[in-house]
Amino acid sequence: MNAPLPKRLRRSGRDRILITPEGIALPITLASRGARAGALVLDLAIIGFLQIAMTIALIAMAGGFAGFFSKLEDGSATVGALEFLFVIWILAIFLFRNAYFLFFELGARGATPGKRMTGIRIASRDGGRLSVEMVIARNLLRDIELFLPIVFISSASGGGNASAAGIAAAAWFLVFALFPFWNRDRLRAGDIIAGTWVVEKPHRKLAAAMSAKDSAASGDTAGPQGAYRFSDEELDVYGEYELQTLENILRENRTKSLSAVHRAIARKIGRNDGIEDERAFLDAYYTQLRARLEVNMRMGHRKADKHA
Amino acid sequence: MAVDPASGALEQAALHSDRFRLEREPDWKRLESIVTRLEKGQLRKLSDEDLLALPVLYRTVASSLSIAREISLDAATLAYLEALVQRAWFVVYGPRSSLGSWLRNFLGGGWSASVRGIGLDIAIALAVMVAGALAGWMLVAGDPGWYHTIVPGQLADARAPGASREVLQATLDGTSSGTGLSAFAAQLFSNNAQVSILAFALGFAFGVPTLMLLVHNTAGLGAMLWLFNEAGLLFEFSAWLSVHGTTELFAILLAGAAGLHVGRSMAFPGDRGVLEAAGEAGRRAAQVMAGVIVMLVVAALLEGFARQLIPGSDGRLIIGGFMLAFWLAYFLAFGRRDEEDSV
Repeated sequence: MNAPLPKRLRRSGRDRILITPEGIALPITLASRGARAGALVLDLAIIGFLQIAMTIALIAMAGGFAGFFSKLEDGSATVGALEFLFVIWILAIFLFRNAYFLFFELGARGATPGKRMTGIRIASRDGGRLSVEMVIARNLLRDIELFLPIVFISSASGGGNASAAGIAAAAWFLVFALFPFWNRDRLRAGDIIAGTWVVEKPHRKLAAAMSAKDSAASGDTAGPQGAYRFSDEELDVYGEYELQTLENILRENRTKSLSAVHRAIARKIGRNDGIEDERAFLDAYYTQLRARLEVNMRMGHRKADKHA
Repeated sequence: MAVDPASGALEQAALHSDRFRLEREPDWKRLESIVTRLEKGQLRKLSDEDLLALPVLYRTVASSLSIAREISLDAATLAYLEALVQRAWFVVYGPRSSLGSWLRNFLGGGWSASVRGIGLDIAIALAVMVAGALAGWMLVAGDPGWYHTIVPGQLADARAPGASREVLQATLDGTSSGTGLSAFAAQLFSNNAQVSILAFALGFAFGVPTLMLLVHNTAGLGAMLWLFNEAGLLFEFSAWLSVHGTTELFAILLAGAAGLHVGRSMAFPGDRGVLEAAGEAGRRAAQVMAGVIVMLVVAALLEGFARQLIPGSDGRLIIGGFMLAFWLAYFLAFGRRDEEDSV
């Protein structure tokens, strides 16, 4: 039932179509593997920094407590206070490791600070709501993908012998690290379990309406206002693809490309006016071509490009 | 209405599609400003009016996009609308902003429902755990030399084969003071939670490593049961273990079953695609896992405080039995009414 995508939407191999619950097809772009790796490195650096800062702060506090209670000569109070700090330390390390990603990806922005810096975020693969369970599932798997093999590798290399265990841990790590290379949608193991994927955040400003901003240059379907009128035969030469290419050139507004395009169109339709007045000529041609194509479109006739 | 620049532009617009666009532009701009503020995390700067308008505006702009695709060939406008609808979709269909409402849902039936949903996997995991404990017992009964292979080092220090009844009895006795217990409890929690997360995550390899991990952990338990049985302390040991063990072993059982559920759905997806089956199982299992963490917190508190402070075997058994009955009642009975209502 779906018509094939217009050329405008086919930009790269990373483009996918997502169907929202309202049934609207949205083109989205998967995050590049480089952006995801960069985001992960940033996040790990932040986690590492937080853990070290926390540890240093608690050690400093422990030193302060010890000094304070030794003046009071109350041994059990010192032990109690130190134990309390130790409990906080254990829980904080656990939370930084397991809850950092959860906390940020459950927020309204759906992205950790690292992902935000690289302009990516997570989304539900089926177009529905991104649920709390999805975020939990994709982040619990991070444990076997990342933390476990890293602990293995560091403990195996710490012993001084690059043993079979170290090699196995490295192989394990590689299997999961290379997972996004082995499937079409660049899913890591956690994405598969959770039904999520990582996409780019789009940002696009609304450009001015082509036919409204400069009425002097444009023609109208109802009556001639501009200097240039084109017959139906002259307009029928091109289709939607050429129209949108022309739109890009008009929006960029570079004299050199304008005159080149003017030459090409004038030759194609056999006109020799509009020299030294390329902008007005092309504006008029664009507006009239678009009006004609849009009227046909409403009648159910679409013309994809000049070959159609 | 006064003549503003927009309506002037509207009259000048030569094309139907540009007039369509200029008429709807204020809605698009408003949605864009709301979404931009949400993306920047400025939730507090948003008025209630804007928040209420967000879903309506999202649907308005989404329908603008549908219409624009049918009537307009303005590539820049279409691209803008697609990007705007996508950004608004992220916000409208993002995670529910309130963690509190998720928690209410979770504790008020969602958790127990998902536990019931993986019943078959729980049965398999339970069978594997019982088999692991039996295997541990029989291995050590046949050759006590296995004991040190099966039981992790830090647990085995005093509890070794050949230890006298008195030494073993001492490991079961409570301590009089509370010093050191909270640190012990926190460590236990952190360690057990990591093991449970591992058991779940290993389910990704079709559940096989999960089962191996369960066998490994319960074989040690079986070996220790044998050891205390030899010394005639089986009842005392079971009581000692049950205080936190009914909760902790239950949690590990659920974590293993959750991993198994994911692995099984990937190995046998049925009519669905593998990715779809894995996603569905993963979300259900994730809910179970969030509960496992809760149970482990409870288990650590019981182990750290209740067990050491209650010296008698009878008291310990009552607490352990009560916890087991509590969890079973919660999982089997709680939230069933809601399910029937909603169906």
